[in-house]
Amino acid sequence: MYLSIWRFLPGPLWVRILTVVVLVAIVLAVLVLWVFPLVNELFVPPEVTVGE
Amino acid sequence: MTDIEPTPLDRASRKRAAIELAAADRPMRRPRRPKVTVVGVLGELFITAGVLVLLFLGWQVWLNDIIVGAEQTSAANELAQQWEQGTDDPAPLPSDTPTATPTETPAPTDPGEPVVAAPPAAATSFANLIIPRLGADYRRPIAEGVGLNVLNNRKTGVGHYPQTQMPGEVGNFAVAAHRTTYGAGFHDINTLLVGDSIYVETADGWYKYIYRGTEYVRPTGVGVLDPVPQVAGVASTDRIITMTSCHPYFSAAERIIAYGVYDSWYPRADGPPAEIATLVQAGAN
Repeated sequence: MYLSIWRFLPGPLWVRILTVVVLVAIVLAVLVLWVFPLVNELFVPPEVTVGE
Repeated sequence: MTDIEPTPLDRASRKRAAIELAAADRPMRRPRRPKVTVVGVLGELFITAGVLVLLFLGWQVWLNDIIVGAEQTSAANELAQQWEQGTDDPAPLPSDTPTATPTETPAPTDPGEPVVAAPPAAATSFANLIIPRLGADYRRPIAEGVGLNVLNNRKTGVGHYPQTQMPGEVGNFAVAAHRTTYGAGFHDINTLLVGDSIYVETADGWYKYIYRGTEYVRPTGVGVLDPVPQVAGVASTDRIITMTSCHPYFSAAERIIAYGVYDSWYPRADGPPAEIATLVQAGAN
């Protein structure tokens, strides 16, 4: 799968590497900015207060 | 004569020949590409899922605390800027109505009894917590209430137990914050050392408390919120700060309780205490 993507990328080696770096950066940004905060809603953080 | 030149032996020609050979070889290599199989794709998807889980964990326990912590700190800085501008304002903030009187004669050497503000409305940020031991730029807003709307908030993070007293008031000023996630305001609360300064900053000024000790209680240990912690029904004469969080990390099994005792108070008009002057200055920009 990833090999197919790699072969699909155009240009010489350094262009491909650059493309991959940019793609990975985009994926990470989407994860951190939107996906992870949404998934985090599913987690209930440990209670920090004292109470009955 | 010239067309019987020997086979090219000079370096340039050899190189050219090698490149041509390689070019000719390229289409030969193509059929050796591994086939895309279902198992292969499935395997890569599983690996991807594993990497995603690890990334999420790293984000949740580390990166996001840094991001949210910075947001909470910048919210605290904004609050402080409002208070700083509000000192010249004839119409002060609601929390700026002091119940104490002795501010009439502000002798810089002895500011007297600390001003005690009126309790704020629910979920309103009314103070900042500044603990130098937890970081040179550690400044988090304290809002009224200990609900998730305050504790899980990117602009507050520290909650004040509404049934407890206000900063500088005789009794117990009790607050709570997360140990992990959501900015993790009290992540390093266990690293406090006896004698460490704990400052509570409000529109009126800075209340300095001195860290006294830590105890671990069960989640039901509400005695820590008493005016005299753990001694129910006794009239208090001291001013205490109580900070509660969960213990151990990522668990709600116990609570870590850190206590501080009131030391002194610095009216806003006289400027911040020397220990946090740099932080206050940096936050004003």
